[in-house]
Amino acid sequence: MSTTAAPVESPPIDAVGVEERVARLCSRSIKKEAKLQALHLTLSMIDLTTLEGADSEGKVRQLCAKALQLHAALPDLPHVAAVCVYPALVGVAKRAVEGSGIHVASVATSFPAGQAPLEIKLLEVRKAVEAGADEVDMVISRGRFLAGDLAYTGDEIASVKEACADAHLKVILETGELGTLDAIRRASDLAMRSGADFIKTSTGKIKPAATMPVVLVMLEAIRDHYLRTGEKIGMKPAGGISTAKDAIRHLVMVRETLGQDWLDPDLYRFGASSLANDVLRQIVKQRSGIYQSFDDFSL
Amino acid sequence: MSEQRPAGAAAADRLPVLKTHKVYVGGRFPRSESGRFDRALGPDGTPIANICRCSRKDVRDAVTAARAAQAGWAGRTAYNRGQILYRIAEMLEGRSAQFETLLAAGGTAPDEAAIEVQAAVDRLVHYAGWTDKFQQVFSSVNPVATSHFNFSILEPMGVIGVLAPESPLLGLTSAVAPAIAGGNTTVVLVTGSQPLPATTFGEVLNSSDVPGGVVNVLTGRSDEMLAPLAAHRDVDGLLLCSPDPDVARSAEIEAVHNLKRVAVRPHEDWTDVQSPYEITDLQEVKTTWHPIGS
Amino acid sequence: MTDSTPSAGTAAPKLRLGGDDGWGYAPAPESTDHVELRDRYGLFIDGEFVDAKGGRTFETANPATEEKIADVALASDADVDRAVAAARRAYEDVWSQLAPRERGKYVYRIARVLQERGRELAITESLDGGKPIRESRDVDIPLAAAHFFYYAGWADKLDYAFPGRGARSLGVAGQVIPWNFPLLMAAWKIAPAIAAGNTVVLKPAETTPLTALKLAEIIREAGVPPGVVNIVTGAGETGAAVVQHPDVDKVAFTGSTEVGKLIRRALAGSGKHYTLELGGKAANLVFEDAAVDQAVEGIVNGIFFNQGHVCCAGSRLLVQESVADEVISKLKDRMETLIVGDPLDKNTDIGAINSRAQLDRIEEYLEIGEAEGAEPFQTSCPVPERGYWCRPTLFLQASQSHRVVQEEIFGPVLAVQTFRTVDEGIAMANNTPYGLSGGVWSDKGAKAFRVTSRIRAGVLWANTYNKFDPTAPFGGYKESGIGREGGLAGLHAYLQPERAA
Repeated sequence: MSTTAAPVESPPIDAVGVEERVARLCSRSIKKEAKLQALHLTLSMIDLTTLEGADSEGKVRQLCAKALQLHAALPDLPHVAAVCVYPALVGVAKRAVEGSGIHVASVATSFPAGQAPLEIKLLEVRKAVEAGADEVDMVISRGRFLAGDLAYTGDEIASVKEACADAHLKVILETGELGTLDAIRRASDLAMRSGADFIKTSTGKIKPAATMPVVLVMLEAIRDHYLRTGEKIGMKPAGGISTAKDAIRHLVMVRETLGQDWLDPDLYRFGASSLANDVLRQIVKQRSGIYQSFDDFSL
Repeated sequence: MSEQRPAGAAAADRLPVLKTHKVYVGGRFPRSESGRFDRALGPDGTPIANICRCSRKDVRDAVTAARAAQAGWAGRTAYNRGQILYRIAEMLEGRSAQFETLLAAGGTAPDEAAIEVQAAVDRLVHYAGWTDKFQQVFSSVNPVATSHFNFSILEPMGVIGVLAPESPLLGLTSAVAPAIAGGNTTVVLVTGSQPLPATTFGEVLNSSDVPGGVVNVLTGRSDEMLAPLAAHRDVDGLLLCSPDPDVARSAEIEAVHNLKRVAVRPHEDWTDVQSPYEITDLQEVKTTWHPIGS
Repeated sequence: MTDSTPSAGTAAPKLRLGGDDGWGYAPAPESTDHVELRDRYGLFIDGEFVDAKGGRTFETANPATEEKIADVALASDADVDRAVAAARRAYEDVWSQLAPRERGKYVYRIARVLQERGRELAITESLDGGKPIRESRDVDIPLAAAHFFYYAGWADKLDYAFPGRGARSLGVAGQVIPWNFPLLMAAWKIAPAIAAGNTVVLKPAETTPLTALKLAEIIREAGVPPGVVNIVTGAGETGAAVVQHPDVDKVAFTGSTEVGKLIRRALAGSGKHYTLELGGKAANLVFEDAAVDQAVEGIVNGIFFNQGHVCCAGSRLLVQESVADEVISKLKDRMETLIVGDPLDKNTDIGAINSRAQLDRIEEYLEIGEAEGAEPFQTSCPVPERGYWCRPTLFLQASQSHRVVQEEIFGPVLAVQTFRTVDEGIAMANNTPYGLSGGVWSDKGAKAFRVTSRIRAGVLWANTYNKFDPTAPFGGYKESGIGREGGLAGLHAYLQPERAA
């Protein structure tokens, strides 16, 4: 069932050039109406996330309630794209957001390390999907990938994709462990060829996570895949994006790398836990002209 | 005119064999394409030899030879160029007596002639040693404020037109040695009153592993050869060894055609004209940037 | 799932870049209320702002609006005389007598005030010259300050600069600078000159005099003794008077090769020192093993930086045939994201063409290129109605014999050619009378350095382009100039040996 017979030919990446491009993108100045639009768009792209050992049903219900109503004073806000939880809590989340249009995403495949036998990973994926997960966020086997076993890594992704059935598959590369932008590009290409619906930077457990250079390289991989195949793969930066300013910079980068089509929750997500409230703060500030406190917004 | 020949001190019963002084172009010893000649004169004005009176076409051919040789010469290792310059010194040392005789025939006092030949040999040795050192002294790694490896090195200008100085051997070697030490090739116009050391120096070069075309020696008249050389668009630089400001000025005006670099050496006494700056004045600075990243 | 080519019948994948649909950027104009511009500017001679003799003036305008900004004094020969005399006096009586350490401290002060007034200078630069505020703010002004800071430190270290021969100043330097980097070029000229102990008379370009005059204010604010720096404004005639002045010891010119040759001719036989920074037509070579996206970025930065008004612009793109389609297609996509317009908008990538005359020249080349048979491509970016604008432009299928390949256009116009082998690429790159700069894109280090070493040019960017730094010498081979600016080599241009050889 190998789906990766053809070697992945990834172009070389010059890290300094990537950083310069990022710096230039970050010099875009987003003001007024454009900023407000971007903030709304950001909210609609958030995968509101809790991934802690201490997560409980109560914590997940809290999270889902926040997803359903970001800020009581602003009823016209879009809802977030999804809530993202561990498999054991998918059922709780699913019931909590029922009928809202908010997706439930579940990490799986022995998140975050991925160091479990494949059978167990696949079982975990199937359980999550059975419990109602609309989206599955898997981790790749970084050890095998770094050891050069691309075939294994690709086959594993393909197996998980199969186990996902109708659920969308997000493939977490854990870029902070891959070492170079070249490796990140190779992993992106491999994941897309092996069945990923989204590629995702990080688990959130490893730093650095979704840095701008890493995301740019992944966006370029998505663009090249699209231009080659016509297939639109989504992107999810996760970890380290906690401010509205960061998020807007991402949107600028998406706009100028992939274009308008990707400025859509179906193709771009932010994996974040505290981003939403900073965005809300900025929205209220834009509307009222008064700088806001975090305590003005619910956890 | 055999009586005046420099090598003419032979036994009275033997007719000396006289040398035909030719020019040195592309490693060969042709005559001027023009077929013309001038007389080299002794100090009292009597002719001592015939020399070629080169034309603008000879200049053109010499530039062609110098251009053809340039990339190869610049591509030699600095170590190899150093050895070849040292080899020139060895050959000149071995021919000391001949050059002393030539200088004396041109009017240099015999003891001064010996000193001049020694100084010329030492000058060649001096520049032989610089070939693999000037780059170390004068190139730089530049600490730029971005993540780039940045360095400036010296590269030879290319083909240098040399108006040789009046000083027939020490001046000649002082002008040519730094030019070629740095990887340039040269077209040397010998227009002074004592051309014979220069034509014979061509023979020294020819026996010193210097590739043909690296040094090309033309004899003749400045007013015929300098303007076409100075204006030639395939010549990159000029080294004008003349104290006459009008000569420099007119050559500089011709040099504007392709913005040749021009170095003027007005010295009459070449004893102390020796420094690595004689090399670097005939070099270009090239700055190269490359990112540092992973 | 495996790769599949887009199924027949559907349109080829296309990115929706640029354009007005979807999310776009609102105008983000830089605030200008803190910038004071006068209606009238005098010449800066001997530490004072004075009118030109006879009171002649010329107008400087904003190329983005075509509106006049100020009247500026037009210096005559007599004014240049005054300026040179002031520079001579300052040189003999003050500047050459000053302890080098103290001289350096004045230059440091200039650097500091430039930084303090950076935003004001950036805005002024963009108003007067049309360049995007992003560049004047992030490139021109910081680099100008950095040049003063770098050379300030040399003032008391000249004995260490050139081993074995010492160093002394030249005297009075006459300097003429272009309109493409007005303040930065002034810094390139003035900083090494005065740090090395010379005094200067500088003539800014006719269309962009304002930041040089603000620099004059700063120099006065820094307490630099009167006459050390003199600034005379005007057009070509004023410049000619500066470089031909008999009491000038050193001439420094940045501008066209044509004018550079005239200056060089005028200097023939004078024994004066000179440096010339002239035109260019640099090749940017992209090899098949290049990091493509970074190469595309380098191509964009190489030709569209400062509207292409850059002597070292990578105005010839040479792409290896095997990657030409991909590179050109990505380049077009990238160009679609470039924003042309208001120089003061922080999102503007390509500002106004500096003057009507320059726009006419560029447009003439656009016609020439098409007539020669090259295939033009321009982006769809909207441009304002008033002002001087040129969309980023490619000439595809250009040939070595085309004028758009041979001649410096000095605008956002890139001639695109392909090559097959490394040697062919090098030969095409060198097939020009110019030799200022070049770019090489290859992920293979050995190849990159082989190519940089074989291109006959003074500045080579490997896997980058249009980078500048005060420590890095800049200047051309061949008809792109004589001498270097920046770094130790740039210092050399303002010194002579203490001891004769």
